[in-house]
Amino acid sequence: MSANAPALERLRFENISMQFPTDRGPLEVVHEVSLSIRAGEFVSLVGPSGCGKTTLMNMAAGFVKPTRGSVTLDGKAIAGPGPDRGVMFQEYGVFPWLTVEENVAFGLRLKANRKPAKERAEIVERYLKLMRLWDFRKAYPKTLSGGMRQRLALARAYAVNPDFLLMDEPFGALDAQTRSAMHDLLLDILGAEGKTVMLITHSVEEAVYLSNRVVVISARPSRVRSVVEVPFPYPRHHALQETPEFNELRASVHELVMREYAAQEAQRTTED
Amino acid sequence: MVRNSASRYAASIGLTIAPFATLVILWWLLRLTGLINPGLLPSPLQVARTFWSTLTGGELLINIAMSVVRVLGGLLLGTAAAVPVGFLIGWYRPVGRLLDPLINFFRALPPIALIPLVIVYLGIGEIAKIAILFYASFFAAVIVMYEGMAAISPIYVRVARTLGATDFEIFARVMVPLTVPHMLVALRVALGVCWATLVAAELVAAQQGLGAMIQNASAFFDLNTIYLGIICIGALALLMDTILRRLTTRIVGWQEKIER
Ligand SMILES: Nc1ncnc2c1ncn2[C@@H]1O[C@H](COP(=O)(O)OP(=O)(O)OP(=O)(O)O)[C@@H](O)[C@H]1O
Ligand SMILES: [Mg+2]
Repeated sequence: MSANAPALERLRFENISMQFPTDRGPLEVVHEVSLSIRAGEFVSLVGPSGCGKTTLMNMAAGFVKPTRGSVTLDGKAIAGPGPDRGVMFQEYGVFPWLTVEENVAFGLRLKANRKPAKERAEIVERYLKLMRLWDFRKAYPKTLSGGMRQRLALARAYAVNPDFLLMDEPFGALDAQTRSAMHDLLLDILGAEGKTVMLITHSVEEAVYLSNRVVVISARPSRVRSVVEVPFPYPRHHALQETPEFNELRASVHELVMREYAAQEAQRTTED
Repeated sequence: MVRNSASRYAASIGLTIAPFATLVILWWLLRLTGLINPGLLPSPLQVARTFWSTLTGGELLINIAMSVVRVLGGLLLGTAAAVPVGFLIGWYRPVGRLLDPLINFFRALPPIALIPLVIVYLGIGEIAKIAILFYASFFAAVIVMYEGMAAISPIYVRVARTLGATDFEIFARVMVPLTVPHMLVALRVALGVCWATLVAAELVAAQQGLGAMIQNASAFFDLNTIYLGIICIGALALLMDTILRRLTTRIVGWQEKIER
């Protein structure tokens, strides 16, 4: 993320394609995507709904293998999920049988990253307070709103402190204020710990504000339509979003994305 | 506050009792109208008297105890076996697919149909009754377990894996808590099947138990005792089901909606 970060390549999608079998024959969801993410880099993926972003993330997480091509992490083929890659799922996956605090503590009780009780309690407290969930720590998720569940999932993912974060629309359910607080929190965490992030989002503004690079994905099947470098140095602050440079870049990415949304829409109407 | 909750408690008890009280009143009225030959329909009071005399005489308690012990024995053995089996075939989908038709066959087969066979093989002792109840509760519970497991969303396992959980941790910390609600439903379903089967088994072959009590009374055309036996069976089944339901609310109150 910082200018002097080593340009070591971490995640690499090499010419990958992905087909899913469907009733109407194989559906190509990803088409020959190549993309790599270097250590400490923040890369956002934007593209129309259903274009295959989550599928790409699932490959990086290790849940699915591409039909063709290879996905590697630090030069090794990804064999499965692991605690080195923290995943924030689009559907949160908050554990309904655990209270809010137990959800956050879950990862810290596992062998892979077990912490002594005292340290665990501190970590849990820290993230629950940052996520403004402290008052709800004894509640079960069924009593939480959508945005609260999303923040809970974030707290749980941050708590185990993975150095590679895969985040699938992690702020989608939040109101504008909370969302911007979450942006700053994420930037803080990253600034302090030098993590690598792959973020999927529908918000161009969010992508440009947070990332080193924004990757525009085409309508299905996914291809890399364009890769936009974001030149603003870190640490970034909200004031950035008011500058003409920021808005110019945002507008040009927006334009690229809108073209793909239109293409997806056309595709959908011809399919139906 | 205290008063409020106390009066709410009283109201809820009242609401539970009212329908039964109405039923007894209707029964009593039906008898008063004389529409049904009084010789064929005992009055609630007569049944209550029979209740009291058999209770103080001790034989009612023995019959109840026999039936309850049999039901609980068969139920616990059957579900204890069903939980791990349901787990296995729910977890290893191919095994499930292979066993599915068999399990459905045995589940669809009413356990009562097996009573004559069991009598031939095991006689009419306690073993025979426990065996038939085991059969009944096992198949009822196993199917609930494994259908419940099949419906579990894979997202939780995925989340746990990305947090670094081992296979064993996933089993102990994700699968087990997620199956507890299904175990409780399995227990309730099996309980219902068990009562139905038990009474049938006791009607055919038993010296003691509520089913036997009814059967013996019918030989003497003792309608009071027959009614008493029926009411006892209903009340006990309802009581056990209520206890299980309370337990369910207590244990799996975290669920979005609780099956009632
Ligand atoms: N397991 C699967 N089997 C069949 N089709 C699938 C499967 N997973 C995804 N797809 C299809 O692949 C396409 C891309 O799905 P994906 O979830 O990657 O989209 P997305 O870009 O994340 O969309 P969104 O922005 O709405 O989350 C969709 O058309 C979806 O129907
Ligand atoms: Mg998605």
